[in-house]
Amino acid sequence: MVDVLTPWLARAAPAPDRYHELVTADGSLRGHWQPLITQLGRWSPAQLAHRQELLQRQIQENGVTYNVYADTKGADRPWELDLLPQLIPAAEWQCLAAGIAQRARLLDAVLADLYGPQHLLREGLLPSDLVFGHNNFLWPAHGITPPGGRYLHVYAADLARAPDGRWWVIADRTQVPSGAGYALENRQIITRTLPELHRQQGVQPISGFFRALRTLLTEGAPHAGEVPLAVVLTPGRYNETYFEHLYLARHLGLPLVEGSDLTVRGDTLYLKAVSGLRRVHGVLRRLDDDFCDPLELRSDSALGIPGLLNVVRAGRVLVSNALGSGVVESPALLGFLPAISERLLGQPLQLPQLATWWCGEATVLEDALERLPGLVFKPAFPSQSFEPLFAARLDAAGREELARRIRAMPGAYVAQEQVQLSQAPVVGAGGALDSRAIGMRVFAVATADGGYRVLPGGLTRVAGEADLGVVSMQRGGASKDTWVLAEGPVPAEAPDSRITRARDIVRREAHLPSRVGENLFWFGRYSERCDTQARLLRSALLRLIDNDGAEALAITEAVGEQFGLLPPVGGEEDLTARLLTACLDRHFGNSLPANIQRLYHAAAPIRGRLSQENWLAVAALARQGNTPAAERDLGHALAQLAPLVTSLTALSGFALDDMTRDVGWRFLMLGRRIERLQFFAGAIAAVLASPVLGLGTAAERPREAARMETLDSLLALANSLITYRTRYLSTPELLPTLDLLLLDAHNPHALLFQLDMIDEGLVQLREEFGSAPDNPLAPAAARLRALDLAVLEPALFGSAGQQEALEALLRELGAAAGALSDRLGLRYFAHADPATSYGVSA
Amino acid sequence: MNLPAGRGYRVTHVTRYHYATPVTVSLHLLHLLPRDVPWQVAEAAQLAISPEPGLRQERRDAFGNRVVTLAFEQPHRELSVELGMTLWRQPRPPEQPSPPWQEVVAALAYHGQALGEELLEAERYRYESPQVRLKRSFADYARECFAPEAALLDACRALMARIHDEFTFDASATDIATPLLTVFEERRGVCQDFAHLMLACLRSLGLSARYVSGYLLTQPPPGQPRLVGADATHAWVEVWCPLNGWTGFDPTNNCQPDLEHLVVGWGRDFTDVSPLRGMLLGGGSHEPEVAVTVLPLEEGE
Repeated sequence: MVDVLTPWLARAAPAPDRYHELVTADGSLRGHWQPLITQLGRWSPAQLAHRQELLQRQIQENGVTYNVYADTKGADRPWELDLLPQLIPAAEWQCLAAGIAQRARLLDAVLADLYGPQHLLREGLLPSDLVFGHNNFLWPAHGITPPGGRYLHVYAADLARAPDGRWWVIADRTQVPSGAGYALENRQIITRTLPELHRQQGVQPISGFFRALRTLLTEGAPHAGEVPLAVVLTPGRYNETYFEHLYLARHLGLPLVEGSDLTVRGDTLYLKAVSGLRRVHGVLRRLDDDFCDPLELRSDSALGIPGLLNVVRAGRVLVSNALGSGVVESPALLGFLPAISERLLGQPLQLPQLATWWCGEATVLEDALERLPGLVFKPAFPSQSFEPLFAARLDAAGREELARRIRAMPGAYVAQEQVQLSQAPVVGAGGALDSRAIGMRVFAVATADGGYRVLPGGLTRVAGEADLGVVSMQRGGASKDTWVLAEGPVPAEAPDSRITRARDIVRREAHLPSRVGENLFWFGRYSERCDTQARLLRSALLRLIDNDGAEALAITEAVGEQFGLLPPVGGEEDLTARLLTACLDRHFGNSLPANIQRLYHAAAPIRGRLSQENWLAVAALARQGNTPAAERDLGHALAQLAPLVTSLTALSGFALDDMTRDVGWRFLMLGRRIERLQFFAGAIAAVLASPVLGLGTAAERPREAARMETLDSLLALANSLITYRTRYLSTPELLPTLDLLLLDAHNPHALLFQLDMIDEGLVQLREEFGSAPDNPLAPAAARLRALDLAVLEPALFGSAGQQEALEALLRELGAAAGALSDRLGLRYFAHADPATSYGVSA
Repeated sequence: MNLPAGRGYRVTHVTRYHYATPVTVSLHLLHLLPRDVPWQVAEAAQLAISPEPGLRQERRDAFGNRVVTLAFEQPHRELSVELGMTLWRQPRPPEQPSPPWQEVVAALAYHGQALGEELLEAERYRYESPQVRLKRSFADYARECFAPEAALLDACRALMARIHDEFTFDASATDIATPLLTVFEERRGVCQDFAHLMLACLRSLGLSARYVSGYLLTQPPPGQPRLVGADATHAWVEVWCPLNGWTGFDPTNNCQPDLEHLVVGWGRDFTDVSPLRGMLLGGGSHEPEVAVTVLPLEEGE
């Protein structure tokens, strides 16, 4: 026997009343595990542990998370994946897959009946309680036949292997089955971690399933000759499986959208793109049934699309799964399915299912209460949110109380036999093997011939604790890749194998959603705002700490006030206190931490468009911004600023060199340029207005130092000090400083540089969309370009007036930058306003 | 001319919105046109909409009510919806003796047996719906009126009277978002709340009952008291009863709907038959002006 197995067998002998995936009851290895175990035997426990670590790191790098509402580990909990895959032999899988496909056909037929003639209710094969009493039975969808008559496009079943070695169905997922994306991600990570093994074993590829899904959503949607556009509809990034939505959308090559990205006009569904409205033909929804259309369904849903149901009614869009398909997810249905299968398909159910009883029938209720200790009680409807109750774990009083609850509302309860989950080996602490209970979720997708294609593999879920009989991602279990072994040679796994020919190559994104464009734009603006704010605060703190340069400090203060970056004067607060507030206090609306929070809120929804490193930099910045300073003094505030400035500089680097220069990037950079233009136009204007510049006589020596320090601060703020010094080898003077900060088109902080870049950005938008808003900056920009600095030379007569004129020009530029921002918003993003609902009773 | 028997009414129902800011896109669902029923027919029902909608569709919903969908895609600051129609109402048929209520509950419960058309229709209105939660407290409240073996319709009359006696009509106490439990605790509300409450009581006992939306004549006939709910839409309930079919109860006025109750439509609760429901882009705050007039026609007019 292989040495890795021996110590493990000593640690955890297979439980006698359970099936063990790896070994038989007499302790010998099951044949299909032989190659894997042989391989493992070559590794020491330390090596095994090392591989498991590598794998976990890869997950973190990929950013695979499972959000659990109010999770103590933080909103984004890393996905847990065990190194050892679950193995299933080909012949076993074939039977299982046939049974899954049959079940999908059956549930599709049940939906067609319930939303159509309702024979099952008329004939007494199904209680009306489970249909009309189910909050996912949508009356407004009754009578609607979806495209092709298909209701159930993606189906998932939760399976458990009983002690007899057979897979039993525990539950059906018909509304928005989740998990296929995680299965795909698991496969990609495991094949990278165990490449040799994966090759040797001959594992059936799973990519065909996703190709079939994409084809269904596009070619299968009503598109009448148009190039079909399908989208993945997510409730948003706070959803527990948001990562999967993102991952699936990327893998399928479909836009990931939220409800507010879509709009109904007439009887057509459109995507609101920065380029205009684009018709949508197919929707893979991850939004629950009753949230999808606030006009006809739940009017309090802010996530849905008003009027969607009417587009479905007109047969103009395929929604997967059909709206209202959640009604057959009730566990109560299981008990009725055998008879329904005979009635609708004319054949018995192929897969065994867990014995299940709906307590709403008087005779069943009495029977269930009699056998209560051996049963699990589940809610019949999703509207009652209680966890499954294991009667075996209750004491006598608890059981009495449970019986009382059930008697009060029997129709709300489903009794199910308690399942003995099978056990599988997992890599435990230190690389030792352990045994854990597992369950498996498998997936099927509808095909054009009316049947279903089953994903060969699935998501194997591992119980969190050694003795727990429950697998649930929400309760902190891990997962495994699932390998269905092939008989004979298999084609290599080609995860992104939608074949792209040379003529299919795209260089631009056809449909950038307006919401995404808007977030990119504001991500750009806030990045720049935080950057200048951090530099401004740092400069002020340094001057305060060094007790040096009162005039320069006064200018910095004036600039800070002008942009509202400092708390207003008033009350007891001196400048030190106000600076500390601006640096540290999130409750001051315009503090640096508050603006970093805004930056994060703009970036988070577009996380999928940022590279992994870029996103990590954003996340690190948000963390730094959120960390309270150890003490509230100047030194700590300064220490707090240092890493922020570095992170913000990194973001600027990502923006310039990490992102594809597509239309989304244009919006991001326009945001950055507009913000920078606005800030420096205002800052330079403030310096010009300052008395220290008083272009009086050169004899005013004491003022010389103050002027120099002020210009020095300004150059530092614009990160242009080095350039200045290499050019002039002297202390800063006004004219060369203005030249460098206003007119030098090669200085990325100069106003002219911003204006050039804004012009270029608008030209690109015009090329992209055929038109672009007029640029309100144009008149002031023309005057700045024509500026001759000679007029400011002190010797010249009237130079004081010229200086005022320049100040006014700069203020005008600042205002026009704001106007351009508004125009871009109106033209490209404004149709992204949220809708409001009303209802009248009078 | 061969006029229908019973009584005739001229009904107008005008709704006007003045939006604080322009509405760029809006979608509306109207449950205003009355459905035809054996005891009431509509003549010349007309909906006048201004401005002209970009899309106007009419269909039947799953409960058989007439629904009009409107879509506006041009900016507008006002919306006016004017309904005008003549309704002919016939008296309700004499009541047949009703079975004990528990027998009705038993007939509605699942037995694994085939269901006739009438029972299947009744099953629709037996469960929770968006505005009608089922609670043991509602069942307990109803049970005082539902003695064992009590005839169903007698028990319903007792429940209707109890709600009428113990609840205060107070238009300022609730709005469409007020949960039923609040109405139940505060003991005040409007016709809609009382209808929902009575539905919750009946369904919590296992009976089948539906929400009826319509109008009520409020012109006080000489010598009789004025009925509450002047010049507005009205709501009441109907209970399914063997031999009698759907039988009406108006808990707001403690009476059984007859010649003065005019039906527009029915559903599980208000949300299924809300007269106007919609989604707007823009608009700011807006309160509609609603004017309802129900005028009895002179005989032979």
